[in-house]
Amino acid sequence: MKFEGEALGFELDGGVLSVRLHRAPCNEIGLSMLGELERVADAVRAPGVRAMVLSSDVARGFCAGADLKELHHRNRARRDEGASDDARVAEVRSFLERIHAAFDAIDTAEVTTVAAVHGVCFGGGFELALTCDVLVADRTARFCFPELRLGLIPGVGGLPRLARDVGNAVVRDLLLTGRSLGAQRAHQLGLVSQLVAPGEHRAVAARVAAQALRFDPAATAVGKAFAKPLPRDAMDREIALFCDLFRRPAVEQALARFDADTSAMPYLPAAPRPPS
Amino acid sequence: MTTADVLPRLLSLAATRFGKSVDALSAGDDFFESLGIDSVEAMSMITALEERFGIEIPDYEVQDVRTFEDLAAVIARRV
Repeated sequence: MKFEGEALGFELDGGVLSVRLHRAPCNEIGLSMLGELERVADAVRAPGVRAMVLSSDVARGFCAGADLKELHHRNRARRDEGASDDARVAEVRSFLERIHAAFDAIDTAEVTTVAAVHGVCFGGGFELALTCDVLVADRTARFCFPELRLGLIPGVGGLPRLARDVGNAVVRDLLLTGRSLGAQRAHQLGLVSQLVAPGEHRAVAARVAAQALRFDPAATAVGKAFAKPLPRDAMDREIALFCDLFRRPAVEQALARFDADTSAMPYLPAAPRPPS
Repeated sequence: MTTADVLPRLLSLAATRFGKSVDALSAGDDFFESLGIDSVEAMSMITALEERFGIEIPDYEVQDVRTFEDLAAVIARRV
């Protein structure tokens, strides 16, 4: 099994499905990436697959999250065409439900899945990494939920999945400050299972996958399902909350600001201007 | 540790990391400008500072800091 797409490629070799994201600048998840992640969701459940390693070929990092520029331009174009707020929100809901279906399929695949993370792992990229069973990160990796600065919350299972893995105090800190968490601290908190030297994440993840092949597949599937329940109810509430927030004009304004932002930290809200 | 203690270590790290002479950097320089930092490099620098000083530095504490001296003060508060 082999696939080479616009945003990612994958190949099955010796029972291990190696998935490599390769969409510049940093694997942003727009319609093309989503379509190809849906292929990954099917591939990881195919006969002969015993483990999966998900990594990025892009130097900047694992994945910078949703393609906000695409979202902004599509949303604005639909408004200009006269689409109602209800219609625009319904389209966003449909997009979210597609991502959720793909992410849930990866999350609940009966094989061991490993995210090999370096550099930027933000927003939807962080949410994608959280679908995997084992996070291997090199020391350059940073994890962040920047959604609040757009007037939104993470929309693809990020908060429920992170709460499944670490304490809720950490979840609140990341959500409410928008700060990024370094790999070393993420390792101390238990989010990252294996912390490795810069550039070694993919090789170490491959060793994790090779180890997974040595175990009985049925026992692996049962053990994983028991240890990693899908927080479905919370994720359904998350979709509803995201759509309620998305309806507000403040979100469209924040997306426009992001689209024009050239600062070194566009994932953080700008400081309030002093009164003139 | 005081800001004065942190500053020379910070300048040394920044010079090494960005291939500058330490003599070319001074406490009052705008480090985003002096080092030509973009968003990826800003993140990389935060990681390097966290590892060097054994602390956590929230991005928002660095976001509006401009000079090496002010950055040294942010670090000194957490060491």
